Amino acid sequence: MDDIVVVEELHFAYPPLMSGEEPVPVLKGINLRVRRGECLAIMGPTGAGKTTLCLALNGIVPHLTGGTFEGSVTVAGMNTRNHGPGEMSRIVGIVFQNPESQLFNMTVEDEVAFGPEGLGLPRNELRERVDWALRAVGIEHLRRRSPLQLSGGQKQRVALASILAIRPQVLVLDEPTAELDPLGRDEFFAALRELRAEAETTVIMVEQDGERVAEFADRVVVLVDGKVKLEGTPKELFSQVELVQEMGLDIPQVSELAHKLNQQWGTNFTFLTEEEALCKLSQLLEG
Amino acid sequence: MKAAIEFRKVWYWYEDSIPALRDVNFAVEEGDWVAIVGQNGSGKTTLAKHCNGLLKPKRGRVLIYGEDTNERRVEELARTVGYVFQNPDHQIFCPTTLEEVSFGLRNLGFSREEIEGRAWEALRAFGLEGYASKPPAILGYGLRRKVAVAAVYAMRPRIMILDEPDLGLDWGATKRLLENLNRLHEEGHTIVLITHNMKIAAGFSQKVLVLHDGEVLTYGPTRGVFKEIELLEEAALSPPQITRLSRRMIPCGMRGDSLTVEEFCEEYSRLVVRAKRASSLPR
Repeated sequence: MDDIVVVEELHFAYPPLMSGEEPVPVLKGINLRVRRGECLAIMGPTGAGKTTLCLALNGIVPHLTGGTFEGSVTVAGMNTRNHGPGEMSRIVGIVFQNPESQLFNMTVEDEVAFGPEGLGLPRNELRERVDWALRAVGIEHLRRRSPLQLSGGQKQRVALASILAIRPQVLVLDEPTAELDPLGRDEFFAALRELRAEAETTVIMVEQDGERVAEFADRVVVLVDGKVKLEGTPKELFSQVELVQEMGLDIPQVSELAHKLNQQWGTNFTFLTEEEALCKLSQLLEG
Repeated sequence: MKAAIEFRKVWYWYEDSIPALRDVNFAVEEGDWVAIVGQNGSGKTTLAKHCNGLLKPKRGRVLIYGEDTNERRVEELARTVGYVFQNPDHQIFCPTTLEEVSFGLRNLGFSREEIEGRAWEALRAFGLEGYASKPPAILGYGLRRKVAVAAVYAMRPRIMILDEPDLGLDWGATKRLLENLNRLHEEGHTIVLITHNMKIAAGFSQKVLVLHDGEVLTYGPTRGVFKEIELLEEAALSPPQITRLSRRMIPCGMRGDSLTVEEFCEEYSRLVVRAKRASSLPR
């Protein structure tokens, strides 16, 4: 199996906020492997270290943050100790929560071209990449617009396109829809769905929404207080309803339903999606 | 009995732009829990800010227990209407968390002991006791949000308006927040909660108001609103997964209006028993 991301015994503490204070440990021994082409979801309560882990994947941690870093993070064979964010960003692209902090060009087209321009590509390849990225997220009609005038959902798709245009091997999404409204979220995930259907990009998504995790993830890792507390497929995870709820995680309502029915009837249901639940439950009633 | 909040033909626009609220009419009875849903830009925050006088209608009136907000200062209305901003940093300014949570209480004329008692109660309710002496400004976003809610909760206002209080909170923290609000609600307080989370709207509110482009698309008991599928589609909203599932099982005999997992489970189990299928359940 080809592991494109290998994290070994990662410990990281941010430098203290005020001098004289202790460093703030955030990651306390992370071991993680991600297979090429896989979609891995990272779940966990606020403060668990999910964003810090994302930043460790492209070298922002520790090169730009400082702090104490132990262990290793290797992506596509490149060890982040030896390669700074500049180099790592060719293979790891991150889309963050806040669209505005990521967009700064005059037009959507410029924004999306910005990254690949820095790669020194020939003109026609650059144009192809920009066109592809815009198409992949469904925003070709917005190419001449100013990014800052767009809706939240549109902005996040621009941010996604601008990362895709670099064609990173690993796409990291740090709760990209947390600040969006329902329509914005739907639009973003529709774009992600298209992308997954088309390309073999490895995706690492920090996601709080259980339903989205159930839909997209091949595997889930639960981070609590800087450590991996639980891992497994969405099915394995969401069938441990009580444990996962105790950790404060959001599980799909259908998984909760399966658990309640099992408690009541002694059955062995596990539902990940609406379709599964619909199928099994209606079959039962129709005999 | 006067309504707690009443909007009568309210219009509002920001400088020279298209109206943010168009002919909004609705009333919230005392003790109701109303969820306000709608896309960004639909007018939710604008509407919320009319409830405590932060904004005054350009046309029409907003009445709080029968009193026109035009005739009251924001500070006066603050005694009755507590407002939790969407962005906690718009609200937080004290040097310690304890002071932040005590601030509003001081202006309400409570004794020192009462202020301390209520402030600590609020801190405990939100799990913030350990941060009492810390400056809220250095806490993480989720914690700052909890501080903002706790500060308003401490005042136990008759009406509480919360603008997306679940933003930036994980589900565990959101559930605890809702439990605290539920307690207030059971004591008779009125809650108006703006949210994008349909599970919250379905599971906790008695009424839902759907805003779209500044207009009230619909307002009524939660169960009814989530049945209005075309209308929700128009507002690009979707009921929670369990409600959608129950709708798809109408052909099997489900009513199609489950708002929570518990409701679905109960109804489904009754159907199974009735169909005498219990013995054929896979074990």
